[in-house]
Amino acid sequence: MLSSPFITKPSSVSAIMLRVLLALLPAVALYVWYYGPAILVSMTLASLTALGTEAIMLKLRDRPLKPFLSDNTALLTAWLLALSIPPLAPWWLIVVGTAFAISVAKHLYGGMGNNPFNPAMVGYAVLIVSFPVQMTHWLSPLGLGAGLGFGEQLQYIFAGTLPPGITFDAVTMATPLDTLKTQLHLDHAVTQIMQMPIYGYLAGKGSEMVALGFLVGGIYLLFARIITWHIPLAFIGGLLLTAEVFHLVDPAHYVSPLFHVVSGASMIGAFFILTDPVTSPTTPRGKLIFAASAGFITYIIRVFGGYPDGIAFATLLMNIGVPIIDAYTQPKVFGRKKGQP
Amino acid sequence: MMTALFVMAGIAIVLGAALGFSAIRFRVEGNPLVSKIDAVLPQTQCGQCGYPGCKPYATAIASGEADINKCPPGGEEGIHKLAELLGVEFKPFGEGTQPKAKAVAFIDENVCIGCTLCLQACPVDAIVGAAKQMHTIIAPECTGCELCIAPCPVDCIDMIPLEENIDNWKWRYPVYALTPAQ
Amino acid sequence: MSKLYHFHGGVHPPANKTQSTQTPIAQAAMPPRLVIPLHQHAGGTATRPAVKVGDRVLKGQVIGLPEGRISSAVHASTSGTVTAIDLQPVAHPSGLPALCVTLIPDGKDEWIEHHGTDYRELPHADLRHLLRMAGIVGLGGAVFPSDLKLHSGQQRIKTLVLNGAECEPYITCDDMLMRERAAEIVRGAEIMCALLQAEVVLVGIEDNKPQAIATMQQAVATGQHENIRVVAVPTIYPGGGAKQLIRVLTGIEVPYGVRASEMGVQCFNVGTAYSVCRAIAHGEPLLSRIVTITGNVQRPQNFEVLLGTPIAELAAQAGTKPDTTGYIMGGPMMGVPVPSAQAGVIKATNCLIASSPALFPPAPPALPCIRCTRCAEVCPADLQPQELYWFAKARELGKAQEYHLFDCIECGACSYVCPSHIPLVQYYRFAKSEIWAHEQEKNAADLARERHEFRQERLERDKRERAEKLAQKERAAAAAKAAAAAAPPAPAGDSAPPAAPAQPAADPAQALIQAAIERAKAQAALSKPKNTENLTPQQRAEIAEIEARRAKIREIARPDNGQNEGP
Ligand code: SF4
Ligand code: SF4
Repeated sequence: MLSSPFITKPSSVSAIMLRVLLALLPAVALYVWYYGPAILVSMTLASLTALGTEAIMLKLRDRPLKPFLSDNTALLTAWLLALSIPPLAPWWLIVVGTAFAISVAKHLYGGMGNNPFNPAMVGYAVLIVSFPVQMTHWLSPLGLGAGLGFGEQLQYIFAGTLPPGITFDAVTMATPLDTLKTQLHLDHAVTQIMQMPIYGYLAGKGSEMVALGFLVGGIYLLFARIITWHIPLAFIGGLLLTAEVFHLVDPAHYVSPLFHVVSGASMIGAFFILTDPVTSPTTPRGKLIFAASAGFITYIIRVFGGYPDGIAFATLLMNIGVPIIDAYTQPKVFGRKKGQP
Repeated sequence: MMTALFVMAGIAIVLGAALGFSAIRFRVEGNPLVSKIDAVLPQTQCGQCGYPGCKPYATAIASGEADINKCPPGGEEGIHKLAELLGVEFKPFGEGTQPKAKAVAFIDENVCIGCTLCLQACPVDAIVGAAKQMHTIIAPECTGCELCIAPCPVDCIDMIPLEENIDNWKWRYPVYALTPAQ
Repeated sequence: MSKLYHFHGGVHPPANKTQSTQTPIAQAAMPPRLVIPLHQHAGGTATRPAVKVGDRVLKGQVIGLPEGRISSAVHASTSGTVTAIDLQPVAHPSGLPALCVTLIPDGKDEWIEHHGTDYRELPHADLRHLLRMAGIVGLGGAVFPSDLKLHSGQQRIKTLVLNGAECEPYITCDDMLMRERAAEIVRGAEIMCALLQAEVVLVGIEDNKPQAIATMQQAVATGQHENIRVVAVPTIYPGGGAKQLIRVLTGIEVPYGVRASEMGVQCFNVGTAYSVCRAIAHGEPLLSRIVTITGNVQRPQNFEVLLGTPIAELAAQAGTKPDTTGYIMGGPMMGVPVPSAQAGVIKATNCLIASSPALFPPAPPALPCIRCTRCAEVCPADLQPQELYWFAKARELGKAQEYHLFDCIECGACSYVCPSHIPLVQYYRFAKSEIWAHEQEKNAADLARERHEFRQERLERDKRERAEKLAQKERAAAAAKAAAAAAPPAPAGDSAPPAAPAQPAADPAQALIQAAIERAKAQAALSKPKNTENLTPQQRAEIAEIEARRAKIREIARPDNGQNEGP
């Protein structure tokens, strides 16, 4: 039975997701520039795994393949996960992570639109808990350590071997965030640590530029009205504020807030991960609460926790609270007084 | 070790006392469950459940002696509601009890002899008439229980199913061929 | 320029209005047959047929008399003969038929006697009665009887809002009406203003209709109405929704379940103002209205159409294209598909869009909701459509109500933007009608419970009283016996009668015998109705009378519905 409205705006889930994928491209380009093309390999691997797993899961769940395979959500999960883990890692790492993200975190919870947890972050959490060693060896950016050609990167990813004379430690290093933590443990002051070669203008060399790429993509998403300002702003605000408080109290031990904002996964988190519509609140106030709390938790995990970055766990923790946040932040309905049922 | 035991025992006693106190202090008079069940039942008062009305059936359910799938006028939906209210599993209708579309009784006035037997059978006083006078159903008040049909000596009462018309028409649940949900 | 307010959300669908504003309003040709439904107003009860099959009626003659409080008369749109009063397909989304009067025009278009009055000379109650008898209802599509809204009541109405916004795509009937008949609209506004004793009249027109704004302003200036202001409002859908327009013009938000009049405003469509003017100043009841014919037709334009004109007839005058698959009554955002092109134009028909698969392609399959909240961003009622959808889909009707399902005005903005192409509004309509039905069932059950309990009580009481009487009698008898024992012996068998009075009516045996006799008689009677020849006229009359009574009973047997529409 047909019922109004009879016209719809020409938009679709796949078009929206495609634009999100496009928005990731500037960061990917910078990534390639600073770290070499290994990331492209892991993104390809992730994409193939995601589509394959999605197809299998859809078949198992007896759902039509076409509308769901073409909605680009699986691809987005794959790319986000690939961008969150070290590019120079054995091929099975990203494959296992993506497969888990799609099959368990997405489909076992009911598929697109029904998953309470951000699939990419679930994949990340599983990997970092299960394979902590592989997950902490990041490629050194351009100009640091021994450079690897594309062929050599491929060789490592698929065969696990490096050219003779090059050790694994020579081409990888800990992330800037991790380094900061270790160095602080060694009782070095922040200003002193910042002089280390791996740091650039604000944070890690290379990684700060990639973060800039995410920012550019994020601003595009804002202008394309694909995301609203609430989550990115509240997240960055929450992170900045928390960092500022600590920084003011003890600048020698707590690095400047800006460092946090451009380090690690802050930018991709603010614009691409936390903004995942399915797993974030729907009310404007809810979004603010959700993202600001995530910013706070991220800082706490980064500074006091044992993991190199806190975005994934902050996201997952806040995902749990989404239904409650939504329930308590329902906006005022037209014509009704505030707080009136 | 002993301390732990004492603490546990202490907690148990305190909680027990609190429970006992609140049971007495906040006791609800009457049996609210019966009226809650009664509120779910359709009030057709037809007795098809084997009890002489909705309230007695509600009482029987509350005391556990009757099943929840005995009320045809309530339909499957009624069973669902009862199951939800009582926290038990849904149970389909048994043999012979099937829900019917809602209908109202209609007395053929040409045939009616004014015997008043139906008048006495109607559980909701929805029939007007007096001895030797033609009887009529007050349709909006008829619950469709069919109790008046059997007593009628001249078989002049029919059940007329309520048909869908423009006033009671309902929008359907959206069904789309390719909807993956459901 | 007065201050304008803003409401949340809204969308900008392609307007598609210019197609039908190229030519002036044309008079639609007289069709060979008019099908006039007897229930053309919102809610309330249908009108009672005031004519019989075979009657000759004049143009403007009442054919449906208002019954009950919420009702409005229906008239013959032209002179002619009534050929049927029966169930006919009507323009209603259910596709179910309704009671209609079929009228064959005689082509003379002969008016019933009518004359205009000066509204200043009549008491308000009479004016309202005139409007009710003239069949004036809201012509914006809501078709609520206007006389009921033209009441100042307890609260003083300060502002009368005239709705010329016409925010829905395709529809241009109000636009054309304002361009061509502004003076009469303004006069109608004057009458309404007097009835409401309102201080100001604000005419809200979307700024995509500069010509209409200009002519209306001119008409106001010519009439020297100081209290009428024509205001251009921003073009946004659903800015022409009554609540939204009131908000934009006055800043007042009328919540669900509250009448606008309670907040000191009242809102009417410009078309209604026009017909109020015709009804009062010229004595002409509502017989025709302006209808936009557009979409998949060769010459989209506006017609002045007699009510009851079959839709297919009308569309043919605009040149139907062969690939037309159906018609939509109203706009593409809130309109309803017309189940049959034979249905007549009704008071609610502001626009007919011929649809074709090319014009309105079926929406792609619905995907799950991704909670993107685009719907919430555009919802003019500040709802969370995705939550409502979730609850409606799971049939959690109570939850849906908690999330203010009934504040939804079914504007369709949410479905329009949903990237998952979920038919959201349809879920809301389903949930709403389900809730109404439940409510009705519950009321019926409550009534039944009450009546049953009352009956139980009555039976108890009867029993008690009877027992008491019996006991009394026995006591009396015992006393009598005791007395008799003392006195000379009474004749034997005298002790039986005391119990008798309670018996005769209830004696089952006797009743059964009686019943058996009657059954035999009845059996004979039952076979009689077949025997329909050789009846005396008197018998015939009796049968007719009984049939009528039966019909009436069936009518009563229909559960009352549709009472849920509010003003
Ligand atoms: S617009 Fe559609 S997909 Fe987005 S939240 Fe609303 S219902 Fe869900
Ligand atoms: S149809 Fe209802 S829920 Fe959807 S946008 Fe309009 S008012 Fe809001």
